[in-house]
Amino acid sequence: MYKIVAKRKLNDLVELMEIHAPYVARKCEPGQFIILRVDEEGERIPLTIADYDRKKETVTIIYQVVGYSTKKLSLKNEGDSVEDFVGPLGQEAPLHKVKRVLGIGGGVGIAPLYPQLKKMKELGVQVDTILGGRSDEFIILEDEMENISDNVYYATNDGSKGIKGFVTDKLNELIENGEKYDLVIAIGPLIMMKAVCEITKKHDIKTNVSLNPIMIDGTGMCGGCRVTVGGETKFACVDGPDFDGHQVDFDEAMRRQGMYKEEEKDHVCRLGLED
Amino acid sequence: MPNMSKEKVKMKEQDPLLRIKNFDEVTCGYTLEEAMEEAGRCLQCKTRPCVGGCPVSVPIPEFIKEVSEGNIEEAYNIIATENRLPAICGRVCPQESQCEGKCVRGRKGEPVAIGRLERFVADYYMENIKKDVEKPESNNKKVAVVGGGPASLTCAADLAKKGYEVTMYEALHQLGGVLMYGIPEFRLPKGLVQTELKSVTDLGVKVEKNVIVGKSITIDELFEEEGFQAVFVGSGAGLPRFMNIEGENLNGVYSANEFLTRVNLMKAYDFPNSPTPVRIGEKVAVIGGGNVAMDAARTAKRLGAKEVKIVYRRSKEELPARVEEVHHAEEEQIIFDLLKNPVEIIGEDGHVTGMKCIKMELGEPDESGRRRPQPIEGSEEVMDVDIVVVAIGQTPNPLLRDTTDGLDVNKRGCIVVNEDTMETTLENVYAGGDAVTGAATVILAMGAGKKAAKAIDEKLSK
Ligand SMILES: Cc1cc2nc3c(=O)[nH]c(=O)nc-3n(C[C@H](O)[C@H](O)[C@H](O)COP(=O)(O)OP(=O)(O)OC[C@H]3O[C@@H](n4cnc5c(N)ncnc54)[C@H](O)[C@@H]3O)c2cc1C
Ligand SMILES: Cc1cc2nc3c(=O)[nH]c(=O)nc-3n(C[C@H](O)[C@H](O)[C@H](O)COP(=O)(O)OP(=O)(O)OC[C@H]3O[C@@H](n4cnc5c(N)ncnc54)[C@H](O)[C@@H]3O)c2cc1C
Ligand code: SF4
Ligand code: SF4
Ligand code: FES
Repeated sequence: MYKIVAKRKLNDLVELMEIHAPYVARKCEPGQFIILRVDEEGERIPLTIADYDRKKETVTIIYQVVGYSTKKLSLKNEGDSVEDFVGPLGQEAPLHKVKRVLGIGGGVGIAPLYPQLKKMKELGVQVDTILGGRSDEFIILEDEMENISDNVYYATNDGSKGIKGFVTDKLNELIENGEKYDLVIAIGPLIMMKAVCEITKKHDIKTNVSLNPIMIDGTGMCGGCRVTVGGETKFACVDGPDFDGHQVDFDEAMRRQGMYKEEEKDHVCRLGLED
Repeated sequence: MPNMSKEKVKMKEQDPLLRIKNFDEVTCGYTLEEAMEEAGRCLQCKTRPCVGGCPVSVPIPEFIKEVSEGNIEEAYNIIATENRLPAICGRVCPQESQCEGKCVRGRKGEPVAIGRLERFVADYYMENIKKDVEKPESNNKKVAVVGGGPASLTCAADLAKKGYEVTMYEALHQLGGVLMYGIPEFRLPKGLVQTELKSVTDLGVKVEKNVIVGKSITIDELFEEEGFQAVFVGSGAGLPRFMNIEGENLNGVYSANEFLTRVNLMKAYDFPNSPTPVRIGEKVAVIGGGNVAMDAARTAKRLGAKEVKIVYRRSKEELPARVEEVHHAEEEQIIFDLLKNPVEIIGEDGHVTGMKCIKMELGEPDESGRRRPQPIEGSEEVMDVDIVVVAIGQTPNPLLRDTTDGLDVNKRGCIVVNEDTMETTLENVYAGGDAVTGAATVILAMGAGKKAAKAIDEKLSK
């Protein structure tokens, strides 16, 4: 059992938990993730490591309540435990010192972006950040991001914070204004990462993305997480989850992620978890 | 006077038409009377050829003699000297090519039903006799075992019995390896696996689940930080092979590992009462001809698929699955579409709708002695399917090799060991089971675990 030592609501849908998990906390690096099961009957769900504290042996996860398992997780409180918590899984993000990086985070994707940008900052890289979401309320980790970035730009669908529009509108604007970046790290919904990559490819700016296909074991055993990168099949759980965005077959990834849409919709309703 | 019947005493089975609607065990086991009658067929050969066919040398005539006299507790104790997982082995060993393959009664008629008797003894013991095992006194020497499959379980049990402080590290949330996530309930009930596992952990083996050696902790750290004196690696052959053909990443294409893990470990058969779904569709094609393929096909049938096909590139004689599994699959109306090889999976809107296969013919024998299948040009045809399960084999997971300097593997990715001691190219690191042989059998994995335990004990006792 893994104890929840702290829990905080970041907005209506997104929550943060700090969990005591010595094996993961001792070893994890930005870009890696964990898989947890809420209880004995639970499903295995992957979540990115948003932060960690090696001394306290804790790992921070930030999750959006989207379906059955994240709902069950959100019913747990400080002092409770989750049944299983395994990691660190995946490769650490390939972060090297460059001059200037632009981080682009969408929705809950801001959570996995944070540790990567933090590490870049520690490496002495100049960090700019674009954060996007449905509205002001859906933008998380603002203070943390402001702390490590030279500039933070915002884009919301309703214009309640920053520009009214998408992160890609802001990206285009920065490029047009002559801002130069050596690397873009984009993490968010697949459709956002795809759109970012279309732009950065045109301008020849290397772009890393973090993929989140459906997973079970997270150790390379099932092959359910396969994605096509540069024309080759990769297992996101062991080869990724971070990949060169210009090589990723996003259309396939989106299709595969929707594999159980029907079953899952049904599931939440039938179990009476729908609010 | 032995029972000279040429045939084994029949074992009751669930009717095929009923059993394809449930996940209960197919075979029902012997009663005490039936077991005693079958045991009477054993000639108690002095030369014990059957024992030579068993990779862990179960004292077969000795335990059978006790069964014939109705002494089941004694029979169990005799088996347990060599095999701590008899209820499992009795069910899943390929007896026809091992113990029973060597039985003299098999020359004229059927061999003695050694597997069924072993299973009977274990089941009867667990149900009626089971005694608590005592934790042996510690010798204060620490050994780590990686993985919780049959190889590691056997190694751990043998060492724990000798007083070693054994810690078992398992990547998943449950012990058992393939016994839990691969082999289906209707062939190997999971409750029974758990009971048999407990007989190992009760010896005082400490279990750490959710630890991936190589990721959560490295082999070097097991020695340097945790103070282990030896490490046994029984990490299995978990990496699924794909065919690398067009369309393999369409929705609806599963590896057998994913398909079976969803159903067995994550209980997808009970969706939506369990949280993990699986897609079944109407027509399922399973590619491959081994035990794994049979299990996937029979699982799909039970989950409600209307038509399930085994697509295999050789002919029936070459099917590598246990004879009993093929027989059961046929009874369950699994269609054997043989001498066919998939060349492309076809989809619409991203989901599988068909599979193009080429017909094959058998040519000259290859290195394995089996006739090599060759494609017949221009014979491609498309079959209608909406789910494809790829069951063409597994190789060892590269994770440990990639994170452990000096741990050599061969070109198939299998860990290299000294055959006599199972020691790897790293001192005091031993390995066995599928991680060394590639996908093989439960009993070979157990045999390897046993051999390693013996070598570890000899080394650490010096
Ligand atoms: C490497 C990785 C890192 C991730 N990091 C985060 C994170 O930091 N924060 C966060 O909020 N979410 C993250 N996710 C997504 C998260 O795993 C899913 O939101 C979660 O599994 C949904 O489960 P559910 O039962 O609540 O929803 P469901 O109703 O089961 O599913 C909702 C949607 O989530 C996706 N999903 C479902 N099951 C899985 C699964 N086993 N693996 C992956 N995706 C699944 C599917 O697209 C599905 O349509 C990550 C996913 C991966 C693969
Ligand atoms: C569907 C199916 C049906 C089969 N049917 C039969 C049959 O009828 N008869 C038969 O004899 N054999 C059968 N087999 C084969 C048999 O199950 C295997 O040969 C046997 O289980 C191998 O045992 P093992 O201990 O080497 O590995 P496994 O059983 O694979 O166990 C390895 C364990 O190690 C864990 N692990 C892996 N890497 C790590 C790590 N880095 N850190 C920690 N833990 C790790 C895994 O999660 C797993 O639990 C079948 C296999 C399958 C898949
Ligand atoms: S362990 Fe397997 S091979 Fe050995 S006697 Fe039992 S059934 Fe036969
Ligand atoms: S070979 Fe057959 S008959 Fe002879 S001892 Fe073994 S089981 Fe009995
Ligand atoms: S999640 Fe199973 S192989 Fe990646």
